[in-house]
Amino acid sequence: MVALFTLPRRIAARTVGHALAFVARFITAVRADWRGIEPVAVQRVYYANHVSNADMPMIWTVLPPHMRRQTRPVAAADYWLKNKLRAFVGPEVFNCVLIDRRPDARTEDPMEKIIEAIDEGASLIIFPEGNRNMTEDPLLPFRAGLYNIAKARPDVDLVPTWVANLNEIMPKGEVIPLPLICTVTFGAPVHVRDGEDKDSFLRRAADALVDLAPERPGARASGGDGA
Amino acid sequence: MNNQTTLDILGLSLGVFGILIGLTLVGEFLRARQPSGKANPVVEAFVMRVHTWWGLVILTSLAVLSGRTGVLLLFAFASFAALREFLTFARKHRADHLSLALGCFVILPLQYLFVAFDWTALFTVFIPVYAFLLLPIVSALRGDPSNFLTRVAEMQWGLMICVFCISHVPALITYDMPDGSDRSILLIVFFAMVVQFGDLFEYYAGRRFGRRRIAPSLSPKTIEGMIVGVLCAMAIGAGLAWATPFGLVGATLMAGLASVTGMFGSLVFAAIKRDKGVKDWSHLIPGQGGFLDQLDSVIFAAPVFYHMTHLIWG
Repeated sequence: MVALFTLPRRIAARTVGHALAFVARFITAVRADWRGIEPVAVQRVYYANHVSNADMPMIWTVLPPHMRRQTRPVAAADYWLKNKLRAFVGPEVFNCVLIDRRPDARTEDPMEKIIEAIDEGASLIIFPEGNRNMTEDPLLPFRAGLYNIAKARPDVDLVPTWVANLNEIMPKGEVIPLPLICTVTFGAPVHVRDGEDKDSFLRRAADALVDLAPERPGARASGGDGA
Repeated sequence: MNNQTTLDILGLSLGVFGILIGLTLVGEFLRARQPSGKANPVVEAFVMRVHTWWGLVILTSLAVLSGRTGVLLLFAFASFAALREFLTFARKHRADHLSLALGCFVILPLQYLFVAFDWTALFTVFIPVYAFLLLPIVSALRGDPSNFLTRVAEMQWGLMICVFCISHVPALITYDMPDGSDRSILLIVFFAMVVQFGDLFEYYAGRRFGRRRIAPSLSPKTIEGMIVGVLCAMAIGAGLAWATPFGLVGATLMAGLASVTGMFGSLVFAAIKRDKGVKDWSHLIPGQGGFLDQLDSVIFAAPVFYHMTHLIWG
């Protein structure tokens, strides 16, 4: 009975999901480059660079539907629960794992929720920088979360995922997205090695991610100043 | 549309389908000659291109058959896709965000509206004059002087190439035929066929017996390939003279002119790509690269063809 009542809502969520993917494709012709993995439904944690709120929908769009259904983005509860529309899109359209970013006020441990989602068989999309990168550097230093996941569930593939061009398509503070081509590159999975400490693992994971960034004169990550 | 016009479009489409069936058979024959389990990359690339041509030809035929609206929508989308590719590699800063967004979402649709309503006086000056002056102002108001001239120049170039030039293809519909008929839409078919077939013959002739390169540091184009390509375009133009108001000699010369302009246009694009360090503009058209890779010759040839038509037969 409960399933029957939620059916219209679930259909609405699916429809909105398809509409968002269509808009993403129309604006950016977003394309996946499966450089280090195959597009098959293996359980993975995709960890990506974060420059714009549109990063996660881009990765979500390029995943084939059978992979998209089992993939859950890890996102901030304060952002996605801010109003009714976001509370529909975040948890229901994208099926986000919502975590509380306020260490003093939260009642649930974010890492527990993440591990729980992995144990339920979900793949995850995470942004280990924690915040949107507004600097000239390609990446901010990674938070410990990625290492903790790698330690807790060492069998799961951690896949570096580079989203190119989004800082130009939709920089922070702009409302209208620019139509530019966006590419999402998936690299070879990384795992934590025996005896590897937190800092060296995070550095290795960040290097694997930056290696995927395209080098292009005239369209550098920092805003196209390079030549 | 007049029945005769529709029949002529259908006839031309079926003619091209016939050529494509031939090319498909050639591709499959070449494939079958390969030892089993082995694929020849040249043959596979050829087969992929033929498949893409099928798609492009079917899409264009449907658009032309549906008349003015279909053609306008098709080319407006082509402009959008081409501009998206061009701007991806253009020099730009945060300060250009609004002016670029205006270019894509306001200036592009307006240009096609002006074409649709046949406001010639506006559509020929809108981008070269008004957008040219307005967009740098919008960028300047955001106050970032670094590389300013490069940024606004690349933006204006993108709009001229991807919107202004491409919109001259659907603008051919608004040409008033000397006999007052609605057959101006056939000019688009004529134009597209001579330019694209000229390119095709240039490419394969250049590969077979091309020796002297025109610009060795830019592109593999050869003088021999270009001569063969232009001569084939002229022959096709002569064969299609019945679809135009140009007469036999006029149609042959117009086909040659469009083809030559187009080939030099793709040379210009080769220089841009070499400078930006890219091989293809995108991956949207399988086997061909991006929209700009497919349309580079059409882009240069379209305004010249449009204005010569008006100048001589106007």
